[in-house]
Amino acid sequence: MRNIVIVVVLALVALLALDGVFVVHQTERAVLLRFGAVTTADVAPGLHFKLPIADDVKKTDARVLTLDSPTEVFYTLEKKPLMVDAFAKWRVEDVSKYYTATQFDEQRADRLLAERVNEGLRNQISRRVMHEVVSGQRDALMEELTKDLDSFMRRDVGVRVIDVRVKRIDLPAEVSSAVFDRMNSERQILARQFRATGRERALEVRANADREVLVISAEAYREGEQLRGDGDAKSAATYAAAYGRDPEFYQFYRSINAYASVFGSKGDLLVIDPNSEFFKFLKDSGG
Amino acid sequence: MAWNEPGDGKDRDPWGGRGRDQGPPDLDDALRKLQAQLAGIFGGRGGSGGGSGSGGVAINPRILAIGIVVVLLVYGFAGFYQVDEGERAVVFRFGAVQDDIIMPGLHWYPNFVDGVRKVNVTRVNSKKHQALMLTEDENIVDVTVTVQYVIDNVKDYVVNVRDPEVSLEHALESALRHVVGSMKMDEVITEGRAAIADEVAERVQTYTNNYGTGILISKVNIDQSVPPKQVVDSFNDVQRAKEDEARVINEAKAYSEGVIPEARGDAQKQIQQATAYRDQVIARAEGDAQRFNKLLAEYSQAKRITRDRLYIDAMESVLSNSSKVLIDVKGGNNLMYLPLDRIIQQGAAGDAEETRTTGESIVRDASERVNSVRRSNR
Repeated sequence: MRNIVIVVVLALVALLALDGVFVVHQTERAVLLRFGAVTTADVAPGLHFKLPIADDVKKTDARVLTLDSPTEVFYTLEKKPLMVDAFAKWRVEDVSKYYTATQFDEQRADRLLAERVNEGLRNQISRRVMHEVVSGQRDALMEELTKDLDSFMRRDVGVRVIDVRVKRIDLPAEVSSAVFDRMNSERQILARQFRATGRERALEVRANADREVLVISAEAYREGEQLRGDGDAKSAATYAAAYGRDPEFYQFYRSINAYASVFGSKGDLLVIDPNSEFFKFLKDSGG
Repeated sequence: MAWNEPGDGKDRDPWGGRGRDQGPPDLDDALRKLQAQLAGIFGGRGGSGGGSGSGGVAINPRILAIGIVVVLLVYGFAGFYQVDEGERAVVFRFGAVQDDIIMPGLHWYPNFVDGVRKVNVTRVNSKKHQALMLTEDENIVDVTVTVQYVIDNVKDYVVNVRDPEVSLEHALESALRHVVGSMKMDEVITEGRAAIADEVAERVQTYTNNYGTGILISKVNIDQSVPPKQVVDSFNDVQRAKEDEARVINEAKAYSEGVIPEARGDAQKQIQQATAYRDQVIARAEGDAQRFNKLLAEYSQAKRITRDRLYIDAMESVLSNSSKVLIDVKGGNNLMYLPLDRIIQQGAAGDAEETRTTGESIVRDASERVNSVRRSNR
């Protein structure tokens, strides 16, 4: 019986002693509370001692955490709807302030931050036109937002906001289909342009070819006629030089040759008076 | 992600990865062992002091010693662990991270005091992301990107960020959309890919460095950047249109290449023909002139004779080759019926056979005859 009492007492002592020891992991941050009041704000990682029962340890994640905010529709300056999906990276900075604000309830911190992120995005996006939001000014937008959120969260919640970024910026489905229509029509214009340009160039090339053909043929005609003319001139000169030596004989000679070639077939019928020079011996041998 | 995922899966950390979740059971364990030891000490003392057999559970000191040795042996053996090639390990002493990174090999750690976390640092991991996104000119593209990364800083990777991989995914998505959102669609789907990959890699690295993930981006690759399926037909048609353009131009060029040389050839032919004509008429003229000159030379020697002979030869040729009617009627107006058409028909019928024999031009051999006349005159 006495032994049992001793064992129980020892067990209780041991339990109390164990309650006096706690460990803070590197990935955790902890506050030490005495009867609910914060005594040590940020307990370093490692093995620590505390008063059993009187002291209490609360821990929270010390790492960089992610807030993945759900997709929300925001309106740009020109009232275009955009579906924006953002995320924020944050970590606990001031442990006691964070404990006071949230009792280490991470979801509460998330909610607080999410509201702020939404509000900030709404503000930033409503001040910009769509083009600025989608492209160039994203960095500026995010930097500004991160700074705003950080200063607020640091002051009120003890949280450092490391980064706020937009993951998705998309158009709502009905706007998307309008965009697709526009893209289609733009491409159709482009396709038509290409085809028309092709035809234009082709016609030009063909016309050039046809022109060249005509020019080549005309030039050949010119050169040919010159050559023929040269020949005609030369031959005329030759004839004139030869025949000019006795024009009367040429006339005679040429004429009788012509008679022979003109009356060359039996189909030619000559009705002749025998009183001609040729027949002068036909009736009279003396002529 | 499991606490020990990059290692072999055995949880060597007595305080558990999620601290809060797993702390108590380990503490209970330790408590139980402590109780057992205490009980042992009591038993031992009882045994030695109470030789008279005063109460308590009597435990043989030898068994106790063996028990302690066994416990120590088990404790000692349980502390061995192996870090494989390609792995690094981080040691937490009572949860506090130690400075030294454990290199590959066999190591020992004191259970309940230290925890070990192993991470593979050589394996190249990859993440893929595919989505429709807006471009600068407010078009929509479909981009697939793969990022390859290794764990560069083991301590950062283990300690700093709750889900380093999720953070990487977020960073990738954000960076990709940012970069694509700053480029024109045509650039994104054509030659801009390499530039996108470079800039995304740079941005993702900046973001993840900012969070302290300990991840090193080794490569970002744009696997695909295409127009979305709703417009892909139009884009393909533009490609076809480009080809059509090239095709009709080529056809026209082919036509041009076909007709121009032909025209040149034709021109050459015309010029050659004209040259031939020129040479022909000149040659003929010279021939005719020479013939005339020669005849003239003979003619001037015997004018009357040659002239008569030529004339008679010519008349002979003319009259012998043609049909003729000789009418010797003088001064009367007698009506004479001549069936001219019939005569012509007859003449034409007989002509075919006769021309060959008699139709020789007398002019052709006139000079020959002149020569013979001259000879006879002499």
